[in-house]
Amino acid sequence: MGKPGIAGNHDKGIKSDCRVQFELLQSGGLQIEVKSKVQALYGKTITKLASEILSFFDIKNAKILIEDSGALDFVLAARIEAAIKKVIDSKKEFLIPVLDENQNSTKKDQFRFSRLYLPGNSPKLMINAGIHKPNGLILDLEDAVAPSKKFEAKFLVRNALRSLNFYGAERMVRINQIPLGLDDLEFLVPHYANLILVPKCENADDLHQVNDKINDLKKEFNIDNDVWLMPIIESAKGVMNAYEIAQAADNVVAMAIGLEDYTADLGTRRTFEGKESFFARSMVVTAAIAAGIQPIDSVFSDVSNMEALAENVRTSKGLGFDGMGCIHPRQIAVIHENFAPEEAEIEKAKKIVIAFNDAKEKGLGVVSLGSKMIDAPVVKRAQNTITLAINTGKLKKDWLK
Amino acid sequence: MKKYDKLVVNAVGRMVPTIINGEEHIPFKGVGKHRPTGRRYGPKIASCADYPDDGNKEITSLKEALIKAGLKDGMTISSHHHFRNGDLIANQIFDIAHELGIKNLRWYPSASFPCQAGLIKYLEDGTINRIEGSMNGPLGKFTSEGNMKGLGVLRSHGGRYQAVQDGEVKIDIAVIAAPTADPFGNANGVNGDAACGLLGFALGDSQYADKVIVVTDNLVPFPCIPWQIHGNYVDYVVKVDKVGLPERIVSGTTQITKSPDRLLIAEMTAEFCEKAGLIYDGFSYQAGAGGTALSIGNYFGDILRKNNWKARFIRAGSNQYPVELLEEGLVEYILDGQTFDLEGIRSMRENPNHVDTSPFTSYNYHSKGNFAAMVDIVVLGATEVDVNFNANVVTHSDGYMLHGIGGWQNTLAGKTTIMPIPLFRDRIPVIRDEVTTICAPGELIDVIVTERGIAINPLRQDLIDATKDSGLPIKTIHQLKEEAEAICGLPEKVELSDEIVAVIKWVDGTVIDSVRKVNT
Repeated sequence: MGKPGIAGNHDKGIKSDCRVQFELLQSGGLQIEVKSKVQALYGKTITKLASEILSFFDIKNAKILIEDSGALDFVLAARIEAAIKKVIDSKKEFLIPVLDENQNSTKKDQFRFSRLYLPGNSPKLMINAGIHKPNGLILDLEDAVAPSKKFEAKFLVRNALRSLNFYGAERMVRINQIPLGLDDLEFLVPHYANLILVPKCENADDLHQVNDKINDLKKEFNIDNDVWLMPIIESAKGVMNAYEIAQAADNVVAMAIGLEDYTADLGTRRTFEGKESFFARSMVVTAAIAAGIQPIDSVFSDVSNMEALAENVRTSKGLGFDGMGCIHPRQIAVIHENFAPEEAEIEKAKKIVIAFNDAKEKGLGVVSLGSKMIDAPVVKRAQNTITLAINTGKLKKDWLK
Repeated sequence: MKKYDKLVVNAVGRMVPTIINGEEHIPFKGVGKHRPTGRRYGPKIASCADYPDDGNKEITSLKEALIKAGLKDGMTISSHHHFRNGDLIANQIFDIAHELGIKNLRWYPSASFPCQAGLIKYLEDGTINRIEGSMNGPLGKFTSEGNMKGLGVLRSHGGRYQAVQDGEVKIDIAVIAAPTADPFGNANGVNGDAACGLLGFALGDSQYADKVIVVTDNLVPFPCIPWQIHGNYVDYVVKVDKVGLPERIVSGTTQITKSPDRLLIAEMTAEFCEKAGLIYDGFSYQAGAGGTALSIGNYFGDILRKNNWKARFIRAGSNQYPVELLEEGLVEYILDGQTFDLEGIRSMRENPNHVDTSPFTSYNYHSKGNFAAMVDIVVLGATEVDVNFNANVVTHSDGYMLHGIGGWQNTLAGKTTIMPIPLFRDRIPVIRDEVTTICAPGELIDVIVTERGIAINPLRQDLIDATKDSGLPIKTIHQLKEEAEAICGLPEKVELSDEIVAVIKWVDGTVIDSVRKVNT
């Protein structure tokens, strides 16, 4: 028979994953072999799942070997389906049940301080990611997945969107660069992804193509959830087109900058002070604010240096960014802590909000604090600061009482 | 001789034998229910007339020493595990026994390690009849699969001392590997290439064994100071080239976990202790040398520093982290049971407030009190916990016995016992309807901290009240179990054989559970 289909990973040191080898046979029925680290407790469960999937794809004669290191059902199912589809062509999808909490939409302007990148083909890192409470979790199909693993990763990401508990984090996916990334959307949009990150975005047309595909899929699968876009600017051209990109469509909610690729494009090196990217960062912030969306900073890659991260976050906040990417769960708290408003800021915002409430109660058109008049944008900023302070645990919800 | 006989159901509902390797044993009756009678065991009275006046007890080889000690069939040979996976002596003892054609020995180590997997051949050929002590890794697997001739008996560190003191286990020959010793037999663990800190686990062996052999690669002239082991108990001293492999005895540095999930659990544990009011000026705690326990100690340090408090003592297997707290003045004493890294050894050597302890002072249940019960917070791991808070530290959910008890059972006497554990490990839920093996009754376990929530034993209403508005994710143990099963799926029931391969002793010498053979 033909070449076997192989998907997944099994090796010393790899946990919560499995490697599936699938081969069609002429006759002899189904031969399912399971070699699992959790054989005693889940051996039969795994065999049952495999036979269910094989029969779903109408496979009568085949050999399947599953070498498992404690993969959860959504991982097993993704690996088995990917291995099968490397051998046979089928439009059918074996879909595991979707969690109730994974069908919600998110808000256009919700907080996106921290978004944690998770390699799209590494189940071990996904399982507990949500408990670290980032604002968003990004299942990454792009740079974090080796080219030979791109195919199987899509099944894993799809299944994760359905059955992985994100513990309240926004469900984000970074697709591959356009046009390759357009195919990824079939695995995401029907499965309630909240937000798509579009890497190496250089113009509005990239986003239009993404939206066309999203709208087709929404219609086909009868999905009415919002799917937000966050383009990532990673080149000189992208920076120069930042404003065009930021206002390309109504569902663009944030714009991020990716500094590793940007500095490479400039032919320079990324430094801690970031002088080389000052213009690009400011451009992204300004374009995003002008378009009414959130400017989001690049990731900070030294995961062991929390002091440097904190300094980096403060600089980022100073430049006007509203959030930052992270590549390690321990970075989340540092990012939240440093994006959160400072005590003095909160105190000032409290006074402004109280004055605004007073004026409203008294039916006054003008808000004043002491002898100073307060403009509407200042009030809005103060209200934002208060919400921010509450959300980051710096202020009690009932602070007005 | 039958390996075991006369099964009864004990106070925790487990079927246990009352005849074990031909001797009578008492089933577990409940915590604090069993009272021993009689007097402690006494080894033979010796006379100076039989020992050299110049104090030189040196013998040329371990083999000669074992022959002089009267090694013969059916004897009990003890060894300690302060050298952990770097031990070179235990294997040699049984190589010699095998060479001499001796059979049916009982090995009575304070713990076994993978470096002793070579003893499997002697368990197979009958040189060794059984191990009474922890059976880790390969030896545990061998035993679990029903291959050991005698029945395994697992005891805690305190239980091991108690069994010797009570005369339940009579040690014929104790072999004490020592990093430094003098020809009289005084020995310590703080000096020498194989330095391991202390020799507390061998104390009872030296006091109660009929014959005591000290083996060292660092023989110094009398006096060997400090004399953690007194030469007055010692019959023979043997000098060898190498007593252990230093790099496997202690690590250069111990490491705090880098796993974000474990750090989260550690943070939650420290926060729980703080919000429940368990940490105060003058408090004490016990924490192991595992990555999670170490980070908890670090967080405790932060809390002490913030409040300008001091801990009165840490009960520890020590390493650089407790030593840092001691040297910073955040902790007044370290009461050390075993030392895990070079910093720990240095501190024990230099700092009088870093005290070496033994299972007698810390853990022996048949004594006039011990300090385990005085510890405020005890942090422990477990392989499984059930919905009644019973805990298992010896077997895995698939039935395999892979770990020893260590001081785990003994430390449960502390005021609040907390188990920081992940809700599941590689798909296997940690919270079960029933634990595979009961190593501790649930009434002694107070809090389970997982990354997805904290469960408090309903017996600890005080802790429930103290933390109800803390903002911590307090859940019931049933909720946690269901949460794990929703993620992992319901585990299948594991069918173990009826055949018993080992028993678990409780701290008072009674039998709390049996370990069953796995079906292979």
